Amino acid sequence: MNTTLRALLGATALCTVASVASAQTLTIATVNNGDMVRMQGLASEFEAQNPGIELEWVTLEENVLRQRVTTDIATNGGQYDVMTIGTYEVPIWGKQGWLLSLNDLPEEWDADDLLPAIRDGLTVDGELYAAPFYGESSMVMYRKDLMEEAGLEMPDAPTWDFIREAAAAMTDRENEIYGICLRGKAGWGENMAFLTAMNNSFGGKWFDEEWNAQFDSEAWANTLNFYIDMMNESGPPGASNNGFNENLTLFQTGKCGMWIDATVAASFVSNPDDSQVADQVGYALAPDNGLGRRGNWLWAWSLAIPAGTDSPEAAKAFVQWATSKEYTALVAENEGWANVPPGTRTSLYENENYADIPFAQMTLDSINSADPTNPSVDPVPYTGVQFVAIPEFQGIATAVGQQFSAALAGQTSVEDALANAQELTTNEMEDAGY
Amino acid sequence: MARAVTQKRKLIATLAAWTIGMAIFFPIFWTILTSFKTEAEAISDPPSLFWFDWTLENYGVVNERSNYPLHFMNSVIISVGSTVLGLIIAVPAAWSMAFVPGKRTKDVLMWMLSTKMLPPVGVLIPIYLISRNLGVLDSRVALVVVLTLINLPIIVWMLYTYFKEIPGEILEAARMDGATLKSEILYVLTPMAVPGIASTVLLNIILAWNEAFWTLNLTAAKAAPLTAFIASYSSPEGLFYAKLSAASTMAIAPILIMGWFSQKQLVRGLTFGAVK
Repeated sequence: MNTTLRALLGATALCTVASVASAQTLTIATVNNGDMVRMQGLASEFEAQNPGIELEWVTLEENVLRQRVTTDIATNGGQYDVMTIGTYEVPIWGKQGWLLSLNDLPEEWDADDLLPAIRDGLTVDGELYAAPFYGESSMVMYRKDLMEEAGLEMPDAPTWDFIREAAAAMTDRENEIYGICLRGKAGWGENMAFLTAMNNSFGGKWFDEEWNAQFDSEAWANTLNFYIDMMNESGPPGASNNGFNENLTLFQTGKCGMWIDATVAASFVSNPDDSQVADQVGYALAPDNGLGRRGNWLWAWSLAIPAGTDSPEAAKAFVQWATSKEYTALVAENEGWANVPPGTRTSLYENENYADIPFAQMTLDSINSADPTNPSVDPVPYTGVQFVAIPEFQGIATAVGQQFSAALAGQTSVEDALANAQELTTNEMEDAGY
Repeated sequence: MARAVTQKRKLIATLAAWTIGMAIFFPIFWTILTSFKTEAEAISDPPSLFWFDWTLENYGVVNERSNYPLHFMNSVIISVGSTVLGLIIAVPAAWSMAFVPGKRTKDVLMWMLSTKMLPPVGVLIPIYLISRNLGVLDSRVALVVVLTLINLPIIVWMLYTYFKEIPGEILEAARMDGATLKSEILYVLTPMAVPGIASTVLLNIILAWNEAFWTLNLTAAKAAPLTAFIASYSSPEGLFYAKLSAASTMAIAPILIMGWFSQKQLVRGLTFGAVK
């Protein structure tokens, strides 16, 4: 009896050890947006296919998440097995050796199917360091009815002059309709994302090839003057406080004639449940000045695996699943084609079912017209369309963004804002050893 | 005549107090109201006050997506744990400074307070590395210890001002009767200071409950309290105000209710003594 009991106990203990050894828990850090939340909902499929792997989710607001995962990866904390990061982080972290290369994902994952612009933004020295989950660019969203009333027709590829003229024509301040809504809130991912991309189309850049700040250039003066004059003529009051969400609210409640922002906004403004103008929205490429670059940006929320993970194989299996064509099909089957994560794969845009989505083609054209490795008219020493992929950029661009936001609010002149931006950028870059 | 002026003053004071109180409470009220709206209603302009289709949908979504009981329990354990641990250290410390002050007691008190003047992010990397090396990242233990250290100066200061009000003669009398140091603190001082200790406890639980730097930065999936729960519903790209409001309401409700029930002690604790 005693022996049997002991044997049983021993066997139980062994079983426990065995089950602990085989069950792996992946901790996944992610941002709170529609596509990511949908993935959480569908992840039970992955767990069913991979019985040894359990998933734990940490969902955080974008800026909190960025601080959180940066602390963890810089200290090799090992809290996460999969991280959701953007095109800004991937080149910097990849160079530091903080991320596992995904070049060895199996052939059926089909890396060649990824959109070239998106793939380039996530590749450092030939190594793919993150798998794109969804990609976005920026484009013009406009009200067809207001455009018609103004007697104008939006071309597929407008110029900045046309946008300014149309904005003035659509503005009807008495009825609280403003021709153009743009980001004005200070921040490297807020007004500076927009203005940096806009400045590319004005022939400008952040740094020359010797890393000298370029805010004293004519291109930046033209960009900022054009932006502020147009906003004063046709923008909503208090625009210096407006970010993505504020402009989305204005557009959805019928107060904006045009809005130039993330392509992902198209699915919100055209959704009749949330938007009062859903049936009147048209799309066009971000404007240009005929210099060979448009004012659109490029971003991809991507899944990366920190080098410190203790479950690299399981993490790769998950990343492969979440960014595969099969996942796209799974979302389409459960939630419809409109809810498929956009902007990462060529095959999605070749799919007939997806072609019916009104903003699909314009999203693809916008993404394809951005070049993260060659963002400006002139050659530059950095990558990134609406950012400069160096660690110092977040701090510098937020400080510059405050100057430009103050200029938009009328608290400082354009000349002073640019002079301050030039000085603070030069100082920071010198301190950082450039 | 004098009486009339007093009445008038009273009225003005009451009105002013209510106005200020309402102004402070309004954001919380609006959050609670928004949590019962649809996302489209939440951004409607002009905003509707009460006449909208009340819905519990947001609470349903939040409950389905998040593990609220886990976050709630983490918040309770972290806030109560850090307060209890803080008291165990602070009661003897405050006792010694109040009843056997040395030449440098004031300096020690100021020095303790000065630790509150450093922005927490300044010590983020050292604390993160220590936690990593001890293997306590994403654990309640780490948060209990860190929050204890952060709130300790406030606990000591509050208890110190309380103890200062207690006549030293009573303790002397206890000593005359042969009380040891331990029984003097436990059976004489502590019972007399119960109201003060109670308000200190309440305030520290609230502070720990609302702490949103360390609780976000030292946790991942297991030990994340309600602050992380709220942060998971905030989004710079997408209008989820109604769901965010529902999550916020669920996160602040317990502490709000506790605050209402213990209002008297709290106010007394915060206004007690001449120092504050």
